Amino acid sequence: MSIPVVGTPRSRVDGPDKVTGAAKYTCDRVLPGMLHAVVVPSTIASGRIVAIDTEAARKASGVALVMTHENAPRVNEKKSGPQDSVLYLLQSDIVEFDRQPVAVVVAQTFEQAVYGADLVRVRYELHAPQMDLDTGTVFTPKQMLGDQPASHARGAAEPALAGAHAKVSNIYRTPTEHHNPMETHGTLAAWNGDTLMLYDSTQWVFGVRNRLGHVFGIDPKQIRVVAPFVGGAFGSKGTAWSHVPLAAMAAKVTGRPVKLLVTRPQMFGWVGHRPQTEQNFSAGANADGTLVAMLHDVRNETSMSDEFVEPCATFSRDLYAVPHYTMDQELRRLNISKPTYQRAPGESTGGFAVESAMDELSYELGVDPLALRLLNYSDVNPNNGKEYTSKKLRECYARAAERFDWSRRTAPPRSMQRNGMLIGWGMATASRGTHRGDSDARITMHPDGRVVLAVGTIEQGTGSPTVYPQLAAEVLGISHDRVRFEWGDTNLPAAPLAAGSQTAASVGSATVLVAQQLRDRLAALGGKVPAEGITIEVNAKVDEAAEERYAQQAFGAHFAEVEVDPDLFQIRVTRFVGAYDVGRVLNAKTAGSQLVGAVVWGISMALFEKTRFDLRTGRIMNATLADYLVPTNADIPDPEVITVEDDDERVNPAGARGMGEVAMCGSAAAIANAVYHATGVRVRELPITVEAFLA
Amino acid sequence: MNPFAYARADTVGAAIAAGGRRGAHFIAGGTNILDLMKDDVERPEVLIDINALPLGSIEVRNGALYLGALARMSDVAASTAVQKAFPAIAIALRESASPQLRNMASMSGNVLQRTRCPYFRDVATPCNKRNPGSGCGALGGVNRMQAVLGTSPHCIATHASDVAVALVAMDAILHIEHANGSRDVVLEQFYRPPGETPHIENVLRPGELIVGITVPALGYAASSTYVKARDRAQYEFALASAAVALEVDSGTIRSAHIALGGVATIPWRARDAEQTLTGMRATRASYEHAAEVALSGGRGYGQNDFKIPLAKRVLVRALEGASA
Repeated sequence: MSIPVVGTPRSRVDGPDKVTGAAKYTCDRVLPGMLHAVVVPSTIASGRIVAIDTEAARKASGVALVMTHENAPRVNEKKSGPQDSVLYLLQSDIVEFDRQPVAVVVAQTFEQAVYGADLVRVRYELHAPQMDLDTGTVFTPKQMLGDQPASHARGAAEPALAGAHAKVSNIYRTPTEHHNPMETHGTLAAWNGDTLMLYDSTQWVFGVRNRLGHVFGIDPKQIRVVAPFVGGAFGSKGTAWSHVPLAAMAAKVTGRPVKLLVTRPQMFGWVGHRPQTEQNFSAGANADGTLVAMLHDVRNETSMSDEFVEPCATFSRDLYAVPHYTMDQELRRLNISKPTYQRAPGESTGGFAVESAMDELSYELGVDPLALRLLNYSDVNPNNGKEYTSKKLRECYARAAERFDWSRRTAPPRSMQRNGMLIGWGMATASRGTHRGDSDARITMHPDGRVVLAVGTIEQGTGSPTVYPQLAAEVLGISHDRVRFEWGDTNLPAAPLAAGSQTAASVGSATVLVAQQLRDRLAALGGKVPAEGITIEVNAKVDEAAEERYAQQAFGAHFAEVEVDPDLFQIRVTRFVGAYDVGRVLNAKTAGSQLVGAVVWGISMALFEKTRFDLRTGRIMNATLADYLVPTNADIPDPEVITVEDDDERVNPAGARGMGEVAMCGSAAAIANAVYHATGVRVRELPITVEAFLA
Repeated sequence: MNPFAYARADTVGAAIAAGGRRGAHFIAGGTNILDLMKDDVERPEVLIDINALPLGSIEVRNGALYLGALARMSDVAASTAVQKAFPAIAIALRESASPQLRNMASMSGNVLQRTRCPYFRDVATPCNKRNPGSGCGALGGVNRMQAVLGTSPHCIATHASDVAVALVAMDAILHIEHANGSRDVVLEQFYRPPGETPHIENVLRPGELIVGITVPALGYAASSTYVKARDRAQYEFALASAAVALEVDSGTIRSAHIALGGVATIPWRARDAEQTLTGMRATRASYEHAAEVALSGGRGYGQNDFKIPLAKRVLVRALEGASA
């Protein structure tokens, strides 16, 4: 199978709507008779509700309902499966984390609901919260991501490390980080008898439908979920968090449609976060630089009622040619909300440790950091020996290094300066396993040549309404503007969770298959479309056995330049060049945006983001965008992202291996390595801030 | 956020009359009070909008700077006369907040802005400034951004303003009107360290309205400067900052004006460092010595220990800049 020229840079079809405000998000939806709900979050991290005084709130103007654990309808907040999360639906008086929902106030207007929420008085019995990642019980989870083992070894890593010529062994730490998409979470729920209509800002309408069916004990077919535009998600909207059923519960009690918007400070509550990690990472090499051993022990925080593994060790497991390897992922329960997937879960945090350590090893060995990576290049997956569907990492290193002018780097720390500033050049490898899920797709060609492509995936800024019509148009040999895309509705053909960089591979493959069938049908009909049109539906089911035949990974190489004030240690990233191998690029423009976005996330992880807890109380003390730092425009150079040509014919019909995340795997390490090169100070805890240099 | 009334004052007299009533609070740019109301920290019953008052002037006359209370931060920063006569003030403004906030925020509002201490802003936590007697959450808590100078066992909240630091360094004077007349207060004497009453932040009395700010002529302020260290390039409060003006004659320092920001409970005039420098040679060694003196009373609270060495470095950088 071959596709003609894909990858054409095409502007977003929804761009004008988005910049003019015409694009409607969940928060913009209005239904007749609609009420507004606001969650009252807990102010403690551990304890029990002794009393809730709702009288003032109930009497406040416009308030229609104050729902607490004392009067909320009984629903099922337990998990429907191992991948699910426990919900907090006002079913008990137990508080397990800061900002857990303890009441919902419903009123005629949003402002009235906000005021009513302020009037709810909660009295708690305080318990000492467990907030320390270093003390308390640790346990090894049964599995991590998918069904991968949490502990794994090949060879005998410890003796190999002991006998290594050069070794590094250090602890690396990454903090709790909150996703903070621009659009906060929100839901609009309306019951009609036993059927439920939901508008929700979600990455997976089908997942929300199934979960709500489980919560209310009804057939998911009685629920329709629509996700209009989604204003960013990054993993935080991958599941139906507590506010979604809470909105539906309030709608049920009041008999009116209820819109519930999560406020920015509440975004630090129950909608997930990247867990803090502590990674004990060791690597040993022979005198010639060939790696002999790696050991990667990871501990991450999880909540009291759920298990979430940040799979950091997948990065070390699957990248370099290391004969002796061992990994262990363990968890510690804290009084925090459930951690969840955040853009490049595992590989971003793991990549920081591994790629920092590779840099440290390069200095131990006196080998150039890039040369060290090339010395240990693996043409097959080092863990299972499988051939890759395609791997053009060598090209990534070469292209990016040349563009960056890496050969002009002088190795000693503090050896490069410019205008009184210390200059640092650092690099790192990017790597991330990719996969795909089952996706259905429907395509209709009308007699006038118009084509409608429909898949129940979502649009979260990645370009779905632009890219999939483009892909279908390429197959059909027609202009892309003749293909319209319908998305974001459980009434449409099913699509998988839009996460894990799998959407292009999944929905893209279904699109290619359905368009090919349409093309063939059209040919069989002599190119003539009957009056009723042609409609074709496919189920692009993943063939598990075929999937297992090759290893699937996206790769890349990051090169970063930082400028550091030698006295004040103000760090600025002044240049960033990355080259990435993501398989076939479907649209160079939207792809470039995603890669740049991931680079920005990497810079943010390296220098800015950290959720700061009061460890005595478990209270988050920087739950605003003024205090939870993310980069401003002035903090970001103009990153140059390159995609190497790779028409991966083995991976899937779309040829795409996923690009939403790979560019933030290892990028924080590239910056940390550049900071070391500039200053001679190795910072192993993120974010890198001024105090690291002023001990 | 509690329900509140809104009223607009058309004259200074009317504003003072309305502002003196119980539960009243002035609003100018609103960049601070609205946040505090949303967080339930401030609960005014009525907001008196003073934006219609004719207090927007920006003027440099005979070397002195005359600012109306309602002059916007962005306009003052953009004034070439200000940039020329008092670069420290212009730089401090340019490095404050974001362009959007600077367009709205008034000069007098900036001088009165409340601390960014997260405990002050979170009504679920203890704070002696917000709720006297409830305790200081920042002591032993998240205090990375908090003060190392002028603290007390009751409060370590940092004064967040940049431009107030430059104004204090340059001997700025506030013009205040009240029902029975007016008075002038030197800005340095306007602020009160927390001591045992952190909820009392300055000497402004109920019903008093700041109508203007004067910065007296200071010839060598033309080479003054403001240096700010922070966690990101823009839109972020100071970790440490310094405003400095130096009079240097034949390599000897005749006079020094120094104030520190981001590290103290009030915009911190470093009088002892100024005295130390007077008569010394204008060298890095002198500056380093002055920085030691300026921070000699500094006390860290754990997460913010780094601010002491950082403030010293910032001050040295500012002194070098002002003497260059």
